[in-house]
Amino acid sequence: MNKHPNKALVLWLGVGFAGFLLFPWYAIQDTAWYYVLPEILAGSETANGLVQALANGRYWLLLGPLGLAIAGVGLIYPAGRLQARWLLGGGLAGLLGLGGSGFMIGARGWSFEWLNSAFGELAINQFGMGMGAFVVLLALIVISAFGLARRGYFKGDLFVASAVICCSALLALFIAYPVAKALSGAFLTEEGGWALSAIVDRIADSRIWNLNCLGGGVQCGVAWNTLFLALATAFGTTVLGTMMALLAERCAGPRVQGPLRVIALLPIITPPFVVGLGLILLFGRAGIVNQFLEYAFDITPTRWFYGILGILVAQLFAFTPIAFMIMRGVVQGLAPSLEEAAQILHADRRKTFFTVTLPLLKPGLANAFLVGFIESIADFGNPIVVGGQFSVLSTDIFFAIVGAQFDQGRAATLAWLLTIFALGVFALQRGLLGRQNYTTVSGKGDSGIPMPLPDGLRYTLNAVVYPWLTFTLVVYLFAFVGGFVQTWGRDYTFTLRHFITAFGIEWGQFGIVWAGTAWNSMFTTLKLSGISAPLTAAVGLLIAYLLSRTDFRGRNGFEFVALLAFAIPGTVLGVSYILAFNVPPVELTGTGLIIVICFMFRNLPVGVQAGTAAFKQLDKALDEASLMLRATTAQTLFTIILPLLKPALVAALVYSFARAMTTVSAVIFLVTAENELATTYIIGRVGNGDYGVALAYCTVLILVMSLIIAAIQWLVGERKLGRRKGAAAPVMTAPV
Amino acid sequence: MTFGVEFKNITKRYGTDPAAPFAVKGVSFGIEKGTLVTILGPSGCGKTTVLRMISGLESPTSGQIFMDGRDVTTLGPAERNVSMMFQSYALFPHMNVVENVMYGLRMSGVPKEPARARAVETLRNVGLVGYDERMPSELSGGQQQRVALARALILEPQILLFDEPLSNLDARLRRDMREEIRAIQQRLKLTVAYVTHDQSEALAVSDVIIVMNDGLIAQSGTPQEMYEYPGSEFVAGFMGEAMLFPGESGADGSVKLGPLTIVPKQKVEAGAVKVAVRPEAWQINRDGGGVAGTLRKRSYLGSFFEYTFDTPLGNIFVVSPDLTNVLDIGTDVGLSLANHGVSVVKAG
Repeated sequence: MNKHPNKALVLWLGVGFAGFLLFPWYAIQDTAWYYVLPEILAGSETANGLVQALANGRYWLLLGPLGLAIAGVGLIYPAGRLQARWLLGGGLAGLLGLGGSGFMIGARGWSFEWLNSAFGELAINQFGMGMGAFVVLLALIVISAFGLARRGYFKGDLFVASAVICCSALLALFIAYPVAKALSGAFLTEEGGWALSAIVDRIADSRIWNLNCLGGGVQCGVAWNTLFLALATAFGTTVLGTMMALLAERCAGPRVQGPLRVIALLPIITPPFVVGLGLILLFGRAGIVNQFLEYAFDITPTRWFYGILGILVAQLFAFTPIAFMIMRGVVQGLAPSLEEAAQILHADRRKTFFTVTLPLLKPGLANAFLVGFIESIADFGNPIVVGGQFSVLSTDIFFAIVGAQFDQGRAATLAWLLTIFALGVFALQRGLLGRQNYTTVSGKGDSGIPMPLPDGLRYTLNAVVYPWLTFTLVVYLFAFVGGFVQTWGRDYTFTLRHFITAFGIEWGQFGIVWAGTAWNSMFTTLKLSGISAPLTAAVGLLIAYLLSRTDFRGRNGFEFVALLAFAIPGTVLGVSYILAFNVPPVELTGTGLIIVICFMFRNLPVGVQAGTAAFKQLDKALDEASLMLRATTAQTLFTIILPLLKPALVAALVYSFARAMTTVSAVIFLVTAENELATTYIIGRVGNGDYGVALAYCTVLILVMSLIIAAIQWLVGERKLGRRKGAAAPVMTAPV
Repeated sequence: MTFGVEFKNITKRYGTDPAAPFAVKGVSFGIEKGTLVTILGPSGCGKTTVLRMISGLESPTSGQIFMDGRDVTTLGPAERNVSMMFQSYALFPHMNVVENVMYGLRMSGVPKEPARARAVETLRNVGLVGYDERMPSELSGGQQQRVALARALILEPQILLFDEPLSNLDARLRRDMREEIRAIQQRLKLTVAYVTHDQSEALAVSDVIIVMNDGLIAQSGTPQEMYEYPGSEFVAGFMGEAMLFPGESGADGSVKLGPLTIVPKQKVEAGAVKVAVRPEAWQINRDGGGVAGTLRKRSYLGSFFEYTFDTPLGNIFVVSPDLTNVLDIGTDVGLSLANHGVSVVKAG
C-alpha cells in the first residue's frame, strides 16, 4: 500500500496550524486579507491567531490550536475507533470553543446581557472572523468529520465524511441560519413579543387568499396569483424546453444545431428585465404594436399587456432555456439501444417515442417542471417590470420590507407561504417519481444509433420551436435597437450617445482612462460572478454526488436543506443576509464576499439539480469499479465522474455564472457604492427613465457573457462516449 | 491459521431503518489463502451482498471482517488489497481499453509509461492483443470481459472478487473464460471469491462452495462433498437438480424408498426422511425390477438422452448415456438406483 491512511489527517492538522499562524485572524475592514499578510505579527486588527491570543489578550482563541493538538494525539493510534475518539474530541472542542466564543463575544464585549450580569463587562472585544479563523474552523470541521469516518460512519470514507460535514456546515451557516432568523419574524407581534397568533392572523389576511378574480372581481389574492402563474410557467417552460431539446438533439441537422443552441441560450445570458423591456418596446403603451393599432384602426393604446399576460410571456422567455438545458442533458443520455429494442419489438417510431423515449425522459421532465415552478414563484425582475397592478408574493415581500409599509412580519409570513408552495411541489415530484432510476449510460458500451423522431412529432416541433425562436430574436432585436435610438416612441434617429456615456474610454496622461459611467459596475460584476460560478458548480455537483451516490445517517435532512435554498426567494435571502451577517462572528455586510456568497447559495440548487439528473443516468458500478481499483473517492470524482458529467458541469457553470451576472432580487439589498453591480446600475437607469443607456448596457452585457460562455464550453468540451455516429448508419437503398 | 478472508457473525440490513429486513442474517466463514471459493445461491439469497462486504463497497450492520488476520470491517475498498470484476463489467465508457486497464495503476501513482506497459502486458495475459486503442463500446461481450478481467488483475490483488462474471456470455465463451479464470487464479495463487447462481459453473471452478439461502449459509464444502452429501433438502435440490422423494428410515440405518432399499452414506435418525436422487443415478432395467415406470417424454441432447418416466413415486427425470439402445415412448421399464448420486436428508 503506497497510501498512508493518516496522510490526509496530517495534512489537515498542518492546514489548521498554518491558518492559526500565517493568516490574519479577524476580518480586515476596507482591504483584503492578502494585503496585510506582512503585518500578521503586529497590530491589533491584522495579527494572526497566536499574536491575537497572547499579545492582545484574546486567550479564548487558543481553544482552536488546543483542539488541533488534541486531535493530533490521535496520530499515534492506528486507524480505528480509538483514534476516532481523539479526532472527534479535539475537533469538537475546538469548534465549540471558537464558535461559542465567537457568538458570545462581539464587537462590544459580551454579546448577551446575561453574560454581562454574570461575569461583568468584558474589556476586550472581537470583530468578525477572517481568513485565519476560517481556515482553522475548516480544518477543525474536516478533522471532526475524519473522526466520524473512523468510527465507521460514511462507510469509513474520509472524503465523503468531510464533504458531507463541510457542505452541511456551509448550508447551515448560509441558508438555514439566516433564513430561520428572517422567517421567525412572522411570529413576532407588533410589540416585539413571541406569539403563535401573530402568524395565524397574518396568514388569514384576505389580501392573500380571496378568489375575487374568478367571480369577476378585480384581483385574486396574492397567493393564488403566484400559484396560477407558477403552474402555467412551469408547464409552459417544460413543454417548450423539451421540444427544443428534442429538436436540437434528434431532428435538426448539424448546421442548424449550433445556432439553435445559441439562440436558446440567449434568454439565459441576459438580465431578466431585458425580455421585459423588449416586450414593452413591442407591446407597451408606446410600443410598436399599440402604435400600429392606433395608426391603422384608431385604437387608443392601453396597458393591456401589463399583468399576468406580460409576466407569463416574460417568464416563458426567461425560464424555457433552463428547461432546455436540463432536458438536453437527459435527451443526450438516453441509451439508443432502448429505442432500437422497442422498434425490434414492432413498435413504430411514434409508438416507440410515446412508450419508451418519453417515459425515459420522465425524471428530467419532473426536474424541469420543478425548476420552472420555483423560478416562477421566486422571480422578481419580471413581475416588477411588466406586472403592473398584478401582485405576486415575491414583489409583495419586497414592498413589505422596502416600501412605506415596512412590515417585517408580513414579509416573513409571505415568505412562509412561498416556502410551503415550493416544498409542496417538491414533495409531489418525489411522490410521483419515487426512486425511479433509468440508468442509460451503463458500463457496457452502447452501440445503438438514436432513432429519428416520428414525422408528426417532427412537424409539430418545427411548427412550435422555430416561430418561438423567431419571436425571441425579434424581442432581442428590439432591445438591441433600443440602445441605438434617441428616444423610443418619439425620436428614432440613430445615435451612439448611450454607449459613449456608459462605456467611453479615453487616453489620459497615464494610459487608458475608463471614463464611462458603467465600467466600475461592469468590472465588479465580472469579478464577483467569475469567483462565484466555479464555486457554485463545484459545490452543487458535490452535493448532487453526495445525494445520489452515498447513503448516510441524516441524508434526508441534508437533502432538505440543500434544496431549501430553492424555495427561498431572492428578496428574502437578501434581507436575511443583511439581518444575519452584520454583526460578528460573521460580519460581511458591505463586502464583495457577501455578494459572492449570496450568488453561490442562490444558484446552488441549479447545480444540484443538474447534477442529480445526470447522476441518475450514470451506472453506479462505474464509481464502484474505480473504488475497487484503489482510486480514492476524490480521484474517482475527478477521473471518472467529472468527465462523464461534462454536460451537467457546463450547465452548472454557465448557468451559475449567467445567473450571477443577471440577478437582481437578492443583491439589490447587498450592493454598496463600492460594490455596484451591472443589474442594479441598469435598474437605477430604468428608474430614471434612461432607457437608452440601460439598453446599451444590456447589449454590452450580452456580448461579454456570450464570449465567456463560449469560452467555458470550449474549455470543458464534449463528453466522449465512443457511441457510433448517426452518419455511420447503413443507408437503405431500394432495389432497382 | 489465518484466512485470506474471514467473516465473523456478519449481518447486513440496507438503509438506516431498524425495522428493515436483513439481507444477510449472520454469516461466518473463512476463505483459505490461494483458494477459489464460490458463493452459490438463488437470486436474493444475499450472495452479492456478501461479496460487496468483502470488497468494502458495503459495510456490515454487525460483525467483523478480517483479511490476513487484520480487522478491515471499517475500512473502505481502497484500504483493502481487493479487486473486483463487475457483472456489467463497468468499463469506463470515456476511456479506451488500455486507459481502462491502467487506471488502477495511475490512481496508485504509477507514472504513465510504465503503467501503459504493464497494462499492455496484462491484456496479453488475458488474451487480448491489438485492441488497446478501442473504446469499450467497440468491443464484443467477450472482449469487454477480458478487459474487465485485465483491469481487475493489474493491481495484483491479494483477493479477487467476481460478481457473476460469466452471465453475459454465450455457452462456449463461458467455458473458456471459466477455465481461464481458474488457470489465472492457480498460476497467481490468488484468493478468489466468486458469486454465481449456476451450480455447474460453481462445481467446475471451485475449491470450496458455500451455498447460501435466505441470508444464511445453508452448507459449505468441496464440490464433491456438496454434490454427494447435501445436508439439507435445499442444498440437494439446488446442487445438480436432484429430485426429492419421501422415504422412511429404519432402525438399522437403511432407508426405504417405495420398493427400493438404500444404505445411505451418512447416518440418519429413524423416521421420515427425504431421499435426493440425481437424474444420472437411476438405472433403467428393461426386464423390470425396482420401481415400475412408463416412458412419457424423451429428448435427445447429443451426448445423452433425457427421459421422463411415469411411476408410482411420481414423474421421474432420468439422464441416460446409452445412445445405442434407445427406449420408445410408452415402454414399461423398472428403475433402480446406482450407488452414487443418492443421498438422504432430514425431512422438512
